[in-house]
Amino acid sequence: MVESAYLAILLQVAAALAMAVMGVAACWLLAGRKVPQQVTLRLVWWVVLPILWAFGGVAFVTRFTGGLGAMTHLSDTFPWGIWIAFDMLCGVALAAGGFLTAGAVYIFGLRKFYPILRPAILTAYLGYLMVLGGLLMDLGRPYNIWHPMIYWQHRSVMFELGWCVSLYNMVLTVEFLPLLLEKFRWHRLLRIVHSITIPAVIAGCILSTLHQSSLGALFLIVPEKLWPISYSPLLPLYFLISAVAVGLAMTIVESNLSARAFGRSLETPIILSLARAIPLVIILLLTIRVIDMTVRGVWVYLAPRPFQTFTFLLHMGLLLIPTFLLLHPRWKRQPRIVFWAALSVVAAVVVNRLNVAWFRMLPSADEVYVPSWQEVVVTLSLVSLGVVLFGLAARYLPLFAHHHPDEPAATPAPSAALALDP
Amino acid sequence: MSEPASDPGTSKLSRRRFLGLGAAGAAGLGLALLTNRTASAGEAAEKAVSAGEAAPNLAPQSSVLVDLTRCIGCRACENACRVRQGRPGLPTERFGYGPGEGRLSFTSWTFVDFREVHGESLAKTTFPVKRQCMHCVDAACVSACPVAALHKTPRGSVVYTASRCIGCRYCMIACPFKVPRYEWNEGLTPRVGKCDFCDDRVASGRTPACVAACPTGTLKFGTRENILREAQARMHVNPGRYTSIYGDKVVAGTSWIYLSDVPMEQLGFRVDLPEYALPSLTWASLGRVPVVVVTLGIVLAGVYRLRGRKESHG
Repeated sequence: MVESAYLAILLQVAAALAMAVMGVAACWLLAGRKVPQQVTLRLVWWVVLPILWAFGGVAFVTRFTGGLGAMTHLSDTFPWGIWIAFDMLCGVALAAGGFLTAGAVYIFGLRKFYPILRPAILTAYLGYLMVLGGLLMDLGRPYNIWHPMIYWQHRSVMFELGWCVSLYNMVLTVEFLPLLLEKFRWHRLLRIVHSITIPAVIAGCILSTLHQSSLGALFLIVPEKLWPISYSPLLPLYFLISAVAVGLAMTIVESNLSARAFGRSLETPIILSLARAIPLVIILLLTIRVIDMTVRGVWVYLAPRPFQTFTFLLHMGLLLIPTFLLLHPRWKRQPRIVFWAALSVVAAVVVNRLNVAWFRMLPSADEVYVPSWQEVVVTLSLVSLGVVLFGLAARYLPLFAHHHPDEPAATPAPSAALALDP
Repeated sequence: MSEPASDPGTSKLSRRRFLGLGAAGAAGLGLALLTNRTASAGEAAEKAVSAGEAAPNLAPQSSVLVDLTRCIGCRACENACRVRQGRPGLPTERFGYGPGEGRLSFTSWTFVDFREVHGESLAKTTFPVKRQCMHCVDAACVSACPVAALHKTPRGSVVYTASRCIGCRYCMIACPFKVPRYEWNEGLTPRVGKCDFCDDRVASGRTPACVAACPTGTLKFGTRENILREAQARMHVNPGRYTSIYGDKVVAGTSWIYLSDVPMEQLGFRVDLPEYALPSLTWASLGRVPVVVVTLGIVLAGVYRLRGRKESHG
């Protein structure tokens, strides 16, 4: 017993050191293989990242030596925590920009969105990486993650999710591969990948529609546990529509951040036309939601619980303010305001996902769940890993290629009349 | 929705028109989903049954009648359950629950809940209530499990196969009675723990261990049909003694049927659960998957083809 405890500590120290070294290496690669000479804001990364990842490594080892109970605050009556509510639900939603942009460019031929296609696909890829990382920690037996492939159980939403997410990751791989193949000049393979791009994109749109809504369908089976202001038979529809809104918003946010981080000029016309679609999606979402809540008469459930009222109003405010900003004739043309509006939409959808999977499940649980520091550290590590990988891709891969030999295969000639053009 | 590709005149249509078609298709799809999903859950359940999805058809469903008016709270059922699991029996030096006991857990599949109930007409204030998995006729956990690690045996027991389990814990979310419990302190091979209705014993013609151990006849084993008939007969013969029955209708029926002389909500049971099978709620969404795949596939492929043709025609 004592010896195995020593072994666990040894493993934790080893994992912490290894992760810290990886953090330093990531900073070094991100900085263009240079050690910074003077103390700047970027130096913060050199300190924060290794420390964060070291604690992430400790949490990882604790998870697999002591079990979920040793490092999470999950319990028998609250079995899903922030790894599901944030890493999985938000990770998938924030990745929706990938299928929207791919569909717009390849299927609808909206070629003006081509410059943001690759960053959007990469963002989606990294979103699913966060999902996968969260699942690796959260699943009791992660090595069995492939079991839905052989043990079919078609009445389970989780079964459908497993299949859709796996298949969609293959689609994303097909969409992402050109970046690697161009980098290493494997033109023959590149041609094969191009030839299957269109069917892959169509499959990607279908799979995304299915699993974005299925995330909401997961909670259809708990009418007695989910607090009634969030429970609705329309949950799958809400999850789908809000994924579209957050997909558009996240693409705007990510374009702004990478423009600032990598000193590139912002694709202002693209950003502005994406931003024009957001208020329509939000108004559609809110209209259905308000009618639905009124018809089912669940407004009364706001009153008895102040915290639920607060999170509800927060969600609504974060959706309504950007809607007004993006409908305002002058403000909707200012990239800075559009950026903050998009950020607000992202925050609103994050609040909504936390609402459904966490806050609105609390009233039926026997214990109040507050995530442990390990759960938070793992989540932050996964988010920062996504940011680092995005930075590495921007530095070392043709991520921002504007006019590349691999123009979308389906669009032989640039056409002037595009639907979203004014 | 008509498929636009079949129209020979489409090559002259503007792109705007094509996109409009696509948008109309998408809107139609959304509307279809909307109207379908707002159908009442009862209808959904009926549809699911007619589609052969819900209500697994079974040989006689095993069932237990728990007549709480006969229970003396001796916890022999709990002891028998522990012994059958190969765990040490209840301690003999004390009677009450120690810390962490007196609830369901990964190892403790049944326990006797001593409920305080106060009422003018009641002769006592403490009511022992045996709790365990209810073994729903159409169980939410079984429908939720993505790999059929939780499944129903031919006898209608809901049992767990650890080797299939991926550990997603959706069963714990889905169960309306909060029955499945987790082996939280196991690193690599955590399992779900819940009553398995002594499926091995029942398969060999014996009654579950708890039923066999009950000295007062509180627990009675039989087919669900007979148990329901027995419960109704007891209520009919002695209407003054029994005030409530639980498990006959809740979530479309459970295998464990409770009879009681105090209202069930005062004994810790949820009486606000729906009377339809919970899996019908998720099936209302899952059943639309083929429609979404086909419709979206046709719309997207159609838009892509028409656009390509239009562009090549100049």
